[in-house]
Amino acid sequence: MVQFILNNQEVQPKLAVGTTILDFIRYHKHLKGTKIGCREGDCGACTVLVGELIEGDLRYQSMTSCLMPLENAHGKHIVSVEGINQNTLSPIQQAIVEEGGTQCGFCTIGFVMSLTGFAMNSETANSENAIAAIDGNICRCTGYKSLERAAARISEMKKGKPEAADFNWLVQEGFLPAYFKDIKARLEAFSAKDKITIGTKKIVGGGTDLYVQRPEEMAKTELHSFLNDAGLRTINEQNGHVYIGAAATAEDIRSNPLMQKIFPNLREHMKLVSSTPIRNMATIGGNFVNASPIGDMTIFFLALDATLLLTKDDNSRIVKLRHFYKAYKQLDLEADEHVEQLYFKTPPANALFNFEKVCKRTHLDIASVNSACLIFTKGDIITGAHLSAGGLAATPKYLAQTALFLAGKQINAEVLFAASQLIQTEVSPISDARGSAEYKRLLLRQLFYAHFLKLFPGKVSLASLTQAKNS
Amino acid sequence: MIKNITKGKVDTSRNIDSHNHVTGRSIYVDDLPELQGTLYLAVFGSPVAHGHLRSVDLSAAEKLPGVFRIFTAKDIPGANQIGGIIPDEPLLADKEVHFHEMPIALVAAESEAIAMEAAKLITAEIDPLPVIIDPREAFAKGHISGSPRTFQLGDSNKAFAECAHIFEGKADSGGQEHLYIETQGAYAIPMENGSLRIASSTQGPTAVQRTIAGVLGIPMHKIEVDVTRLGGGFGGKEDQASAWGAMVALVAHLTNKPAKFVLHRMDDMRMTGKRNPYSSDYKIGLDKDYKIIAYEATFYQNSGAAADLSPAILERTLFHLNNSYYIPNVLATAYSCRTNLPPNTAFRGFGGPQGMFVIESAIHQAANTLGIDPIVIQEANLLKDGDVFPYGQIAKEAEAISCWEESKERFDLKKIREEVANFNANNEALKKGLALMPICFGISFTNTMMNNARALVHVYSDGSIGVSTGAVEMGQGVNTKMLQVAAHYFAVAPERIKIESTNTTRVANTSPTAASSTADLNGKALAHACTQILDRLKEVAASSLDTSADKITLKNETVYVDDIASDLQWEQLILSAFQQRVNLSAKGHYSTPTIHFDKTTEKGHPFAYHVYGTAIFVSTVDCIRGTYTFDAVKIVHDFGASMNRMIDLGQTEGGLVQGIGWMTMEEVIYDETGRLRSDALSTYKIPDIYAVPKEIDVHFLKTDGSDMALFKSKAVGEPPLLYGVGAYFSVINAVRAFNPNWMPEFYDAPITPEKVLMGLYAI
Repeated sequence: MVQFILNNQEVQPKLAVGTTILDFIRYHKHLKGTKIGCREGDCGACTVLVGELIEGDLRYQSMTSCLMPLENAHGKHIVSVEGINQNTLSPIQQAIVEEGGTQCGFCTIGFVMSLTGFAMNSETANSENAIAAIDGNICRCTGYKSLERAAARISEMKKGKPEAADFNWLVQEGFLPAYFKDIKARLEAFSAKDKITIGTKKIVGGGTDLYVQRPEEMAKTELHSFLNDAGLRTINEQNGHVYIGAAATAEDIRSNPLMQKIFPNLREHMKLVSSTPIRNMATIGGNFVNASPIGDMTIFFLALDATLLLTKDDNSRIVKLRHFYKAYKQLDLEADEHVEQLYFKTPPANALFNFEKVCKRTHLDIASVNSACLIFTKGDIITGAHLSAGGLAATPKYLAQTALFLAGKQINAEVLFAASQLIQTEVSPISDARGSAEYKRLLLRQLFYAHFLKLFPGKVSLASLTQAKNS
Repeated sequence: MIKNITKGKVDTSRNIDSHNHVTGRSIYVDDLPELQGTLYLAVFGSPVAHGHLRSVDLSAAEKLPGVFRIFTAKDIPGANQIGGIIPDEPLLADKEVHFHEMPIALVAAESEAIAMEAAKLITAEIDPLPVIIDPREAFAKGHISGSPRTFQLGDSNKAFAECAHIFEGKADSGGQEHLYIETQGAYAIPMENGSLRIASSTQGPTAVQRTIAGVLGIPMHKIEVDVTRLGGGFGGKEDQASAWGAMVALVAHLTNKPAKFVLHRMDDMRMTGKRNPYSSDYKIGLDKDYKIIAYEATFYQNSGAAADLSPAILERTLFHLNNSYYIPNVLATAYSCRTNLPPNTAFRGFGGPQGMFVIESAIHQAANTLGIDPIVIQEANLLKDGDVFPYGQIAKEAEAISCWEESKERFDLKKIREEVANFNANNEALKKGLALMPICFGISFTNTMMNNARALVHVYSDGSIGVSTGAVEMGQGVNTKMLQVAAHYFAVAPERIKIESTNTTRVANTSPTAASSTADLNGKALAHACTQILDRLKEVAASSLDTSADKITLKNETVYVDDIASDLQWEQLILSAFQQRVNLSAKGHYSTPTIHFDKTTEKGHPFAYHVYGTAIFVSTVDCIRGTYTFDAVKIVHDFGASMNRMIDLGQTEGGLVQGIGWMTMEEVIYDETGRLRSDALSTYKIPDIYAVPKEIDVHFLKTDGSDMALFKSKAVGEPPLLYGVGAYFSVINAVRAFNPNWMPEFYDAPITPEKVLMGLYAI
């Protein structure tokens, strides 16, 4: 039985565990503050806060309730706007009112919830982070500038928050009602969830793809959630390898100190990957298994030449991520087998990593083309390379030939130009809503160049590459 | 005993709805409590874009448990017709289907999930017919809605002979999905005597009422349409809310059960029309001083499969063909071309932006070919008082030049220009583009008969006030403005006033909330109603204070005699009036004076006034990746004497960003079979918080405002969207800074990252 706290009330919904939190709170609990905009996680109107105990700490994250099954709420605290409303407006609600940050009002609650999440989380208090918290909220009216002004005010307020603050400060300052002080104890009182055997149940991670692709089917499906298995969310390093559990979310990766150390530009890269609420839900295993030819995290880890650990009952086997994709949406994955873990060799000091992505809208969009690379160098010489690109074939591509070609070459415009021609033989883009085939080929070349312009700024210039093209 | 109100709770300098918005207490259609027995609807839409409908098989769907009944065209008791201007659009397809997802059958079931599942079990036998999605192809085949329209001024043919420079070209602008975050929806409740009460998310309650009456074949007085608020409209719910209203009404009427239909996002995107795409040809002639002497244009409007509002939109394209410029010789013809797309419709700007994009393209081509900055041509041709518009109206209180000059000075255009040039000289992979966009927009419905409104005011015996108008609140803050009007006339605290829902039984025969005119029309009608009650109250006060009514004024809830405060307070005054059997209710009416337009000559004075402004755009293009950002948009805008700066600023920033979206990332894509490819938020991108310009600086031009505007505060809904056109040209200019040899083959908005990258590396 799924059991969680909804606002200030313990609930045990007698509904299929695949029912979305959105439908539960709107149509079963009749809490109408949470709005429906798109039901695919792309507008943020249905954003709720989800509190969970992580290693003894109560941590809240924003999530889109339209993609979240009841199953994933088990043992957690789900907060809708009704759960933060008090007799007077919270400082966040007040800031939005005073800055004129609401027009038609339909998206507003999503912004209120996301910004409340920002006030509660441990991100540094500055405007940039406050705005990042609402990167998954769309306002069509569009009051972004006034919302930016409100976000700036909220980040100022958050500067007064004591470090390692408990909920007392948030309650005292009016951000939250007093009952939040007891939530931790109430969650701890829940008995540990019984381990469910996977059996024939459909495995779901964050639900961010399955609930977009087949919402009706999911609502009726018996689910087993990966997200509730803390053991599948770990990230650690052993013997020169980094191991990531399949249920680690994009946010788990983004905020992980080890990953940040290995990838100094990680936060910049991850800013290009979906939005805050989706990153809070989407798992790495889900991203691999949904087999999108353009999955950002797939492309990211392909360039690390990562390996997957697949498990069925008590049996495990490994498969290289680059061999995992056989054809469009076809995986080297047996029935009842699931992705358990991913690992890759910790890049040495002489290896540089980069991730590039271009789409119609820079943020919260699916790439026209994305690409990642890991380049090993000694002096001017490329000693080895891993290169990946998405959106150019039926599967995410590991660009083996181009990577091989680069090994042993000097970094200069001529070499990169030759590689940019070779790379075109490894892909077969089609024209679709994300761009014409011709555009995608040009974009691939440019993103390939972008890797080197970014990683080796002194060695090549855009002008030299453009001239190489013409010579 | 009269209870005192809590003063100070409502601040009319801000949107009065904002408290409810931030706490989630505002009520939209889907938030209404549902009645027992409510049926939920889903539509079976045509799987092809054009064809003869042979038969529909409902058998499998009807067998699904929980399905109550399925309706098709033959179930419609009245006229199967929802066309607003031209009766050319059936509610449910009968003999032919004209666009992909055109509604064919309507499922009513016990739950939404069952209704949707049942709709998927319906099949139709359709003999396909050729599909046309391109307006020029439709034109070539003679598929035109209504009559072509031609605006003429002077003699362009003769004038071209005298021009030093002549340029011809083509300019296309794409559609735009409204993407109101609240999807279309309606909820019908059967009442006694065959009447219906309908909650609708519509900008046009009367249009919904009239449509339902026609579809059901019953009089309008049996249909009550009520609108509390909209979660966005932008024109998409002006005419296109009627179909869903008619569907719930049809089901409620035929089953005597409540019926509800709130569209899922993808269904909404696939079934509803968008901003009309246009393809246009232009010819522009300049003299040696870059004065535009002659301009000719042919506009091919893509109307989609039915006329909807397209004929009126077409007209406004012609009204704005010259944007903010005086052109003495003009010849322009516009065709509404019928294609197999969902019927396209109103979208903020209503054809105006599409017309302005063409003249701006013509100027850009002329300037770039001549090797000068387009700013030179723009500046040389700005409208001034006394200039005649191509439709015969004489420019009065024109602020084109004052906005332009003020923007140049205030924002130091010279410095911006230098900074852009320096940046481009010193940066290899990033290039900046500068563009100016002056705007001019006519305020009034171009259909003169629509320029009227009514208001109903009740002052209750406890001194509280209820205000009903025909204005629909959809985020533009009209409730706040209406409250300001009532508070001003009665001189009472805003807490005393309640703005009621928009309801066809309280205010009848309304024009839709559209054309930026709603606050003007309804506000002036409201002022009329308030004044009537106020005059009666003054008589009561005069008799009570033993003076004459002309010496009475109301200030701050107190009666003043000769500007001296008396002891008589608002609540006491109202109680006295009530006890003296004075009528404390009034109906106000307003119809815009002086406007007229003759469609036979295409001349007249269609607009109460014009709104002007100038925007300066600076964009930065990433020349490696083909992406772009907007550094700044600096605007001097003619608000008149703004009655609510916060709301007007919100409208300006919001309209601007919507306009930028239309010109940049928003790409409506139909494939050759007429199927919408960009049918979700994942494939159709509107601006997010990172896509807005880093800086938006809006300066309110100091003017007296127009007497034709409510409190001299000019209409603000649509004009700011027009600035968006400048985004297109600033990006084009940045691409040309990287690749000077490139000019677009023709002007083709939106300027997506794809077009930018192809331009950057075009040989």
